[in-house]
Amino acid sequence: MPSRRMRAAWDRATLGQKIAAFAGLAFLHLPVWVIFLYAFTTEDRTYQFPPPGLTLKWFEVAFARADIWAALKLSLAVASVATAIALLLGTLAAFALARSRFRGRELITLLFVLPIALPGIVTGIALLAAFKMGGIQPGFWTIVVGHATFCIVIVHNNVIARLRRIPPSWVEASMDLGADGLQTFRHVLLPQIATALLAGGMLAFALSFDEIIVTLFTAGHERTLPIWFFNELFRPRERPITNVVAVTVVLITLVPILLAYRLTRPNDTRG
Amino acid sequence: MPALRAAAAFLHGRRGFYLALLLLPPLLWLGIIYLGSLFALLAQSFYAIDEFTARIVPEFTLATYRQLFSQPANLDIILRTVAMAVAVTAAAAVIAFPVANYMARYATPRMKALFYVGVMLPMWTSYLVKVYAWRLVLAKQGIFSWFLDVFGLTPVLDGALATPVIGGPSLASSYIGMFIVFVYMWLPFMILPLAAALERVPGSLVQASADLGARPGQTFRHVVLPLALPGLAAGSIFTFSLTLGDYIIPSVVGAPGYFIGMMVYQQQGTAGNLPLAAAFSVVPIVLIAVYLALARRMGAFDAL
Repeated sequence: MPSRRMRAAWDRATLGQKIAAFAGLAFLHLPVWVIFLYAFTTEDRTYQFPPPGLTLKWFEVAFARADIWAALKLSLAVASVATAIALLLGTLAAFALARSRFRGRELITLLFVLPIALPGIVTGIALLAAFKMGGIQPGFWTIVVGHATFCIVIVHNNVIARLRRIPPSWVEASMDLGADGLQTFRHVLLPQIATALLAGGMLAFALSFDEIIVTLFTAGHERTLPIWFFNELFRPRERPITNVVAVTVVLITLVPILLAYRLTRPNDTRG
Repeated sequence: MPALRAAAAFLHGRRGFYLALLLLPPLLWLGIIYLGSLFALLAQSFYAIDEFTARIVPEFTLATYRQLFSQPANLDIILRTVAMAVAVTAAAAVIAFPVANYMARYATPRMKALFYVGVMLPMWTSYLVKVYAWRLVLAKQGIFSWFLDVFGLTPVLDGALATPVIGGPSLASSYIGMFIVFVYMWLPFMILPLAAALERVPGSLVQASADLGARPGQTFRHVVLPLALPGLAAGSIFTFSLTLGDYIIPSVVGAPGYFIGMMVYQQQGTAGNLPLAAAFSVVPIVLIAVYLALARRMGAFDAL
């Protein structure tokens, strides 16, 4: 990259370009902040803006609701199990595919893109069709299977990107210095991919926690938090409580995502 | 531990075996559960429902596909969904380009980091919450109409809502509103690959173009844009595919017309016609396969 002084006129944004860029960013952010505002509104019938007054009472009301707690617990349990499966299988796949060349590799790579390349509804209805044909009753484990399938891809993508950044010479050096395969893995590779694993795991967790498109097909009578939320959208009488849950969900998913971002940011290549 | 070490040493010498051992569990999962399910889906679409007993008859038939393609209402649904996906993709590209261009080519390192977080945070914010937030924003007395009112633009909104087909009683129940929400939801998926592609445009090329007398517009058209095309294609895969398969947004924010996703969800659920739902869901798969083949030609996979 040229130094700052070398950046001539061809390398400077015009005012119009700047405005368009910041306007795009603002467009992405405003709706999310609206939710935070509405969680405190005193108006419980319409979406009146600006809110006539602010209150904390809806948090108290939501906190006392057993159905919300049950849905939250189910979502956390599903996300934990799906993430664990994804971490194991996604990492294995990343190690196998990172640097190897073999026949049929392209096809396998395609298979590892498919669950996120095809729309979620396809995954959902396909799993449902398979469960129906196999006589499997939908429930906790069918939700987990659906989530783990796309979470594997997320973990795989994270780990493989990191593995490809590790110079092969490091592994060779380790082996040349007398370390066996296991030692090389533990002392050379594992420390390098640890943050990628953590980041992939947290993204997978957040994605699973928030998933609705596949889940509506695979959940049967179970209600995860997103399903609870979705049903609530068609029952507008409880609007203030929905607002509170929305804020809670945003906060729960935001923390792992911010951490994942910090962990994967390549701080040495930037700037 | 010694056993594990011996195993590691054994495997080190046998690379093919080691690879197979690593690959087997994830491959079994995706191969059996995921691909298996896709085949189950395909199989279901070749079954049909018995009209009298409302039961699925597990025999090969093309009746369900015939039903899908012979009813004008179904064709309308497919066309409507594809039109929305194309419109959303085009709009997302137009809005995403300045953002990606600025963050990739002009921003200082600090600003660039800010933009990356700024794009990723909303992208990872809960999907349902964002849809819900838009319902609040677009509602009749909501923030959007308040905003327009402040600037005296209410007649513009009323005019847009009075437009046949795309209009409706309020933004929250019109195709315009649905379009805005779709664009909003998938915008980060367009910005990120586009920015990645633009970041790889060598500054020297842009400089050379300028040195050779090209005006900024010409440089953009003949140098930057062709190099950004793979990123644009990659982003459009997401916006196109995500719009084709979504059924939450059209049912939460939207007009009365059905979309493919809603049909799939409704047919398998309340209507109990899994074969028709399966046949409907094959439509986006085929459309995306065609799209992927085109995007691959444009080098989209290098920019992912």
